[in-house]
Amino acid sequence: MKMMTAIIKPFKLDDVREALHQIGIAGMTVEEVKGYGRQKGHTELYRGAEYLVEFQPKVKIQIAIADAQVDAAIDAVCEAASTGKIGDGKIFVAPLEQSIRIRTGETGEEAL
Amino acid sequence: MNKLALLAGTALFANAASASEINQADTAWILTATALVLFMTIPGLSLFYGGLVRVKNVLSVLMQCFALTCLMSLLWFALGYTIAFGSDGVEQGAFIGDFGNIFLMGISIDSVNGSIPSTLFATFQMTFAIITPALIVGAFAERMRFSAMLIFSSIWLLVVYAPVCHWVWGGGWLGNMGLQDFAGGTVVHITAAVAALVAAMMMGPRKGYGKVAMPPHNLTLTVAGAGMLWVGWFGFNAGSAVAADNSAAMAMLVTHLSASAGALAWMAMEWIRHGKPSVLGIVTGMVAGLGTITPASGSVGPAAAVVIGLSAGVVCYFATNWIKNTLKIDDSLDVFPVHGVGGILGTLLAGVFASQQLGIFSGNGFSDGIESIGGQMMVQATGVVATFVYTAVASWIILKFVDVIVGLRIDEEEETQGLDLVLHDERGYDL
Repeated sequence: MKMMTAIIKPFKLDDVREALHQIGIAGMTVEEVKGYGRQKGHTELYRGAEYLVEFQPKVKIQIAIADAQVDAAIDAVCEAASTGKIGDGKIFVAPLEQSIRIRTGETGEEAL
Repeated sequence: MNKLALLAGTALFANAASASEINQADTAWILTATALVLFMTIPGLSLFYGGLVRVKNVLSVLMQCFALTCLMSLLWFALGYTIAFGSDGVEQGAFIGDFGNIFLMGISIDSVNGSIPSTLFATFQMTFAIITPALIVGAFAERMRFSAMLIFSSIWLLVVYAPVCHWVWGGGWLGNMGLQDFAGGTVVHITAAVAALVAAMMMGPRKGYGKVAMPPHNLTLTVAGAGMLWVGWFGFNAGSAVAADNSAAMAMLVTHLSASAGALAWMAMEWIRHGKPSVLGIVTGMVAGLGTITPASGSVGPAAAVVIGLSAGVVCYFATNWIKNTLKIDDSLDVFPVHGVGGILGTLLAGVFASQQLGIFSGNGFSDGIESIGGQMMVQATGVVATFVYTAVASWIILKFVDVIVGLRIDEEEETQGLDLVLHDERGYDL
């Protein structure tokens, strides 16, 4: 099992959710986050005073997936979240040791 | 004679004249205008300023405006009114009223001032005496001690506002000279803004000014407050006709046109220079347009009002940038560049556009005995310089005095924590 974390542009969330649904991934956890990579921040102007706001709003998605689905999930997110412009985001994949469905007690890939 | 130049100043003497009969239409309008001007301070200015400060100081600004409303009202009743206007029917001195109406002594339910009850005139003027010190709050926002603010404002009302009010509207030397200040370019805006500038310079910048971002915490409050200011300003300017007449109607029209032009001008400046029209920019331009037309609102016609509004938006925009970015003076909420520069510009332009020989840009005429734009401009400039210098010196002395008694500023740690918690033990939002 793998834990996949994707940081994407907020307006791409619906497209990414739809793409993951298409390949059979049933659940996800979403957070609104702020951060920056190469894109850096933006400027705000108040009566002639300019402020550099260093953080950009982003959405972080976390999905736990079976090993067999990892490549398909990466492709789905890459395609759905891509605009070709700076700031499209990143995907991180990390090993996942265990998962448990609390209601039934199922474990491993059964619980995804 | 330009009827409007008489204004409040003459309302004082009108009582001595023959017909001391109340006109119900005038009374109804000035009752309304009085409510509108109070509406400018609470809630208008309160929200306008409240939204502009950081979240940890929002209550402190609302508190300052509210407390000033209460305190200035009582001071006006006790001393301010009589220093400014003296007593009805008495020849007034050049610099200060005759103290005949201390504690509004001698003003009864039957007293008449011009065509309205004396009680109403005193109340209408009271609302001006409330908003003027409240305007200054914007300069020292986020760092002044509440007690210091109360003491400063109290002395300032009696030593600066009331006498200058007397000079212009109470039968004093500037009014007699023919200064045209319909609704308070010198009396309200220049006095408040110069005091604001002096206070900002004396107190020094907020901790972290120029290094850390200090964006407004809630611009929606600011825009709501700005809208209330716009509406309330009709009472301010059209009410200053002290009658429900053609002068009031023209004042309302030119006020509205100037505000609109000022807003669009500032918006255009930002759009051109920064690529985007900001919301704070358009509402600031509106306030600049209103502040600038205020002294001229009784002297000029509609076409001139648009010119005045446009020039207000552009000039005040550059003034704000200059004071903030070049001079590095931390006038927290830009009181001087918006109100002061606007008030000075409007007072001077009133001298130009009062002329009846400018074609479509003609106004309502010069003051008695003045024949030319040059002559009127000299008087207007005298008013500006005298008000500026007197206010600057007196405000500096008062601030020094208050600093010695209670200290003007809270300490650094308290400033970081925010005035709401440190001074009032409360928070504006608990979401």
